[in-house]
Amino acid sequence: MTALRSRNLILGAGITLLMAAVALVSLAWTPYAPTAIDIVHKLAAPSLAHPFGTDHLGRDVLSMIMAGASSSLSVALIAVVVGAGLGVPLGAFAAARGGWIDDVVMRACDLAFAFPALLTAVMITALAGPGAGNAMLAIGIFNIPVFARITRGAARSIWAREFVMAARTAGRGDVAITVLHVLPNIAAVLLVQATIQFALAIVADAGLSYVGLGTQPPNPSWGRMLNDAQTYIWRAPLLAVFPGVAITLSVLGLNLLGDGLQDWLDPRLRRGR
Amino acid sequence: MTFYLLRRVAILLATLLAASIVVFVVLQVLPGDPAALILGTGAREDTLAALRHQLGLDAPMWLRYARWLGGLLSGDFGTSFTYHVPVAELVRQRVLVSLPLALFAILLSTAIAIPVGVAAAARRGGAADAGLMGVAQIGVALPNFWLGLLLILLFAVRLPWLPASGFPGWDAGLWAGFRALILPALALALPQAAILARVTRAAVIDTLGEDFVRTARAKGLSRPAALWRHAVPNALIPVVTLIGLQFSFLLAGTVIIENVFTLPGLGRLVFQAIAQRDLIVVQDLVVLLAGSVIVVNFLVDLAAAWIDPRLRRAGA
Repeated sequence: MTALRSRNLILGAGITLLMAAVALVSLAWTPYAPTAIDIVHKLAAPSLAHPFGTDHLGRDVLSMIMAGASSSLSVALIAVVVGAGLGVPLGAFAAARGGWIDDVVMRACDLAFAFPALLTAVMITALAGPGAGNAMLAIGIFNIPVFARITRGAARSIWAREFVMAARTAGRGDVAITVLHVLPNIAAVLLVQATIQFALAIVADAGLSYVGLGTQPPNPSWGRMLNDAQTYIWRAPLLAVFPGVAITLSVLGLNLLGDGLQDWLDPRLRRGR
Repeated sequence: MTFYLLRRVAILLATLLAASIVVFVVLQVLPGDPAALILGTGAREDTLAALRHQLGLDAPMWLRYARWLGGLLSGDFGTSFTYHVPVAELVRQRVLVSLPLALFAILLSTAIAIPVGVAAAARRGGAADAGLMGVAQIGVALPNFWLGLLLILLFAVRLPWLPASGFPGWDAGLWAGFRALILPALALALPQAAILARVTRAAVIDTLGEDFVRTARAKGLSRPAALWRHAVPNALIPVVTLIGLQFSFLLAGTVIIENVFTLPGLGRLVFQAIAQRDLIVVQDLVVLLAGSVIVVNFLVDLAAAWIDPRLRRAGA
């Protein structure tokens, strides 16, 4: 099974690096300008000039997919950074203090989980105004309780260990112990969770832009492309395929990476999987 | 069990109350004056003030909250600003689309996932296991709205078997309504089934290693009998818990899926209400959806405690 596990890690890392590379390259170069309209060549089938064909405005689909990668990955990345940036300190604080503070933080997380994430993200972006910035915030907010809960759970098991007791006896405060001992020991768990949340954020961003609440045109986004493709699904079915493959491939890469990382970083979990 | 039940009900009520406060406060601090929206930009200030008074918008916040909550409890959800009909009536019509869709999807997902997960666990390490889990790995990565588009492409465009979008209403006959829900339910169910199959497989593999399964085999029970009678029932807790959690995903999922298939359900209603700044409709819908997630999670906890008495101890 070791071979299978490292295969997950290598395949996942490979796909993720490929998507990241595409996103970076698109900042400097795409075959055509992703917003360049060429109505004469609209809805063209894939050819040498346009490997993925063109959309209803004659825009080059390959260029739009590339530019979509950078917008999608950056929205998801910032959403995860927002979630982890607020959730990890919150969870670490709850674990360090315990008692009623811990109770309040955990009950608040329970409450947050009662709101279906995508529904509430739709509400926030719709009311605060559609756009990539609000999409990042709306998705990020739902990552806060996820990171808070997992940090708190993992941190509490570290707080019960002897070396933390030793640090306490040596006169270290809560903050020092959290930074020096707790966080390094739970970093692996957090990293795995971050890849999972990254994947979920990509889907959420695509969903928001599909319904017109994420990245706004003329900036290309995978979700928007799918929405446009639906209108022309009878004439140009391939248009509905490429953006979906891009989303699925990114999510698949991150999920494989997360699975692979988990097995690699935490040998204790290597049973039964 | 009685103490456990009382404790859980108290937590349930407190959570529902907290959720209603959160929804109310969040929606009240957001910008947008419903009175100005109804009357348009040219309205005079005294007309606006009169309408605000009529709508009860000039009362202090706590009073407005108390009125809203009191209304919710007595079944009066207020009146939509744009449709000029009671919100309860709007919700009733849409629930008849969204609820069957969500239930249909959960049934499909469970019916697919449990046999697949158990089969993979029983053949752990074999080619069938690797194949099924490979498919599940891809299934987990599929966004449901794209899957919806692919299903439209396959079963409505290529093979004209099912409608691509729209809903004829239950008045058009059970079968006509059901036909319109097949593709959206599949789009919602398949990615969830992939997740559930993975969890089922892991849970069954865990219990297959337990002593009681080995004892059952030693007693002379056949492999399938030990699997279905001892391993599977004991693996149910994480599976039941996940099915409950998936309800929340499905509710959120319907928001997008109903847009893909233009189904007149709660998800579409949320969208229209937000676009028209029909605040009371948004407020009611969000609290209803959050409330149903809280209640379902409560029922799932009870089901888990019923399956496994060890979970009834306080602190569980």
